[in-house]
Amino acid sequence: MTNKTLAQKIWDKHVIHKEDGLPDLLYVDLHLIHEVTSPQAFEGLRINNRKVRRPDLCIATIDHNVPTTDRTLPNPDPLSIKQIDTLRKNTKEFNIPLLDIFDNRQGIVHVIGPEQGLTQPGLTIVCGDSHTSTHGAFGSLAFGIGTSEVEHVLATQSLPSPMPKMMQINIKGNVKPGITGKDIILAIINKIGVDGGIGHIIEYTGDAIKNLSMEGRMTVCNMTIEAGARAGLIAPDQVTFDYLKNKPLAPKGEEWERALTYWNTLYSDENCKFDTIIEIDAATIEPFITWGTNPAQSIPVSGIIPDPDQISDPFAKETAQRALKYMELSPGTKIQEVKINKVFIGSCTNSRIEDLRAASKIVNGKNIADNVHAIVVPGSGLVKKQAEDEGIDQVFINAGFEWREAGCSMCLGMNPDILKPGERCASTSNRNFEGRQGQGGRTHLVSPEMAAAAAIAGHFTDVRNM
Amino acid sequence: MNSLKNISSIVLPLNRADVDTDQIMPKQYLKRIERTGYGPFAFDEWRKNPNFVLNNPLYKNAQILLAQRNFGSGSSREHAVWGLEDIGIKIVIAPSFADIFNSNCGKVGLLCIQLNQKEINTLMNLSESKSGLILSINLEDQKIINEEYSININFEVDNFLKYRLLNGLDDIGITMQRDEAIQDFESKRFNFYPSSKTII
Repeated sequence: MTNKTLAQKIWDKHVIHKEDGLPDLLYVDLHLIHEVTSPQAFEGLRINNRKVRRPDLCIATIDHNVPTTDRTLPNPDPLSIKQIDTLRKNTKEFNIPLLDIFDNRQGIVHVIGPEQGLTQPGLTIVCGDSHTSTHGAFGSLAFGIGTSEVEHVLATQSLPSPMPKMMQINIKGNVKPGITGKDIILAIINKIGVDGGIGHIIEYTGDAIKNLSMEGRMTVCNMTIEAGARAGLIAPDQVTFDYLKNKPLAPKGEEWERALTYWNTLYSDENCKFDTIIEIDAATIEPFITWGTNPAQSIPVSGIIPDPDQISDPFAKETAQRALKYMELSPGTKIQEVKINKVFIGSCTNSRIEDLRAASKIVNGKNIADNVHAIVVPGSGLVKKQAEDEGIDQVFINAGFEWREAGCSMCLGMNPDILKPGERCASTSNRNFEGRQGQGGRTHLVSPEMAAAAAIAGHFTDVRNM
Repeated sequence: MNSLKNISSIVLPLNRADVDTDQIMPKQYLKRIERTGYGPFAFDEWRKNPNFVLNNPLYKNAQILLAQRNFGSGSSREHAVWGLEDIGIKIVIAPSFADIFNSNCGKVGLLCIQLNQKEINTLMNLSESKSGLILSINLEDQKIINEEYSININFEVDNFLKYRLLNGLDDIGITMQRDEAIQDFESKRFNFYPSSKTII
């Protein structure tokens, strides 16, 4: 028997049909659905008189364009209303379970899958959203797909896919105190670039990864796509099993034991072959902040804005020049001197209970700076409730934050939560693209702790000194 | 899906790396539930600049888009491909493509051609010249040709994708023919795998 990587093991276990010259036909165990990338897929089914093959392997929710303010008030956006109603109509017609906005289990699709125990080791998971890579934190093979593929999975519960290459990213040793999963993944993207993972599945290994909580692992896997790789995963271990145990849809009783036996076989074999291996010394990782308009354009908190003239690669140089112009930043400026006026704590990257706990510890007993407007958007209704049970909401509110309902919110600004032109935001989300959080808005990606620290200081600062 | 055979068109040069799908199709247009009509919104923000290449009348009716590395990165939104399709683009040439964008193109019926940086540079220089560059692309022969400039480039394409594009076939119908194999596979899945049936 050949030695296989974890991803190869899961892949091989899901091949329905293999034939030379054709992509492998993979079975899909779980299909997550939301309002934005599904309407045209359901319409395609109707036009061709096709059914949803396995509604019991689908789960839908409303997250991308839903307002995060008081939901008893009317939604101000007629297009958003129409898109949400379309998902309600489609899920009803095709018998797919929907966690609607007044269900307290509603939330960001990549938060609710794990929370409900649907996300499990060894599964193939897809969703019409690039951050589906999040679910790889459980040792599953999870990737984002387009709407045509959503339609394909709805109709056939399978997906033709060419086998990607395998990459291992080993974070050697332990990170220093105060370093988060967000800092680890920003450091990785900084090293391999926004296209470094193209065509690959990345497996994250090393003590620094093993020592992360499930929330931290989800943050790492979530941003895998920002390095260009479609999927990222981490071998399941006791941390994974402890998280899953007693989740509503996790296996129970005897089934749990059988699942556990299988899950314990999910690791990369010794001497298996990775096409690419990257090693990073954990001790070198600092709190990271992006300065530009792609997630690789980042520096440690102690750093200065780089000079594009010092960049030798012509495209990287041109991209840096345009980014600095858009971001209105000058080379040589200390990042800690850059003032912000918005803070967003939320998104599928950093909106889980641990993220909110960590940020609340930083703001506890303090007030946000006068020039700053800050919001916290929990990842799900259940995260929100748990935080409220722990009194975390009051810590944020007392410090001057707004405490919102669950959704994607300002990560991509499809709802009313957007930056105005020229506003500068410390954001715990995943993309700092031009206009991502609002036309002309300027995004700096950071960890929840760093965002909280920036809210208090009014500028970026090293959270470890607070 | 329409079939794609021979394309002869002026080349639209977009000389930037890491063009993300947020730029190709900004989020405010993702709330539409329609499948068509995304062309007017493609590169919405960049198009406000009169010097942006899409505003140059020379490239009107271009069916070939030439870009730099990591084209289509970021969000999985197929709306980006629908936008390109709607402005008439049938082929995108770049040194590398983001995986999901590349896959979305194949499903919609657009061809992504990957060339090396040297070839891209040659084509970029010519297509940015005053009179532009017209290329003939033959999918059957996998060739890119311009006789005037002695351009004769062979390109790689996945065989199955080529077959689908040439014949205008979407792959749902093809997969549905494997229903028996799918049923067989389903009968052997673990009982402990999750189901959403009991969630409500």
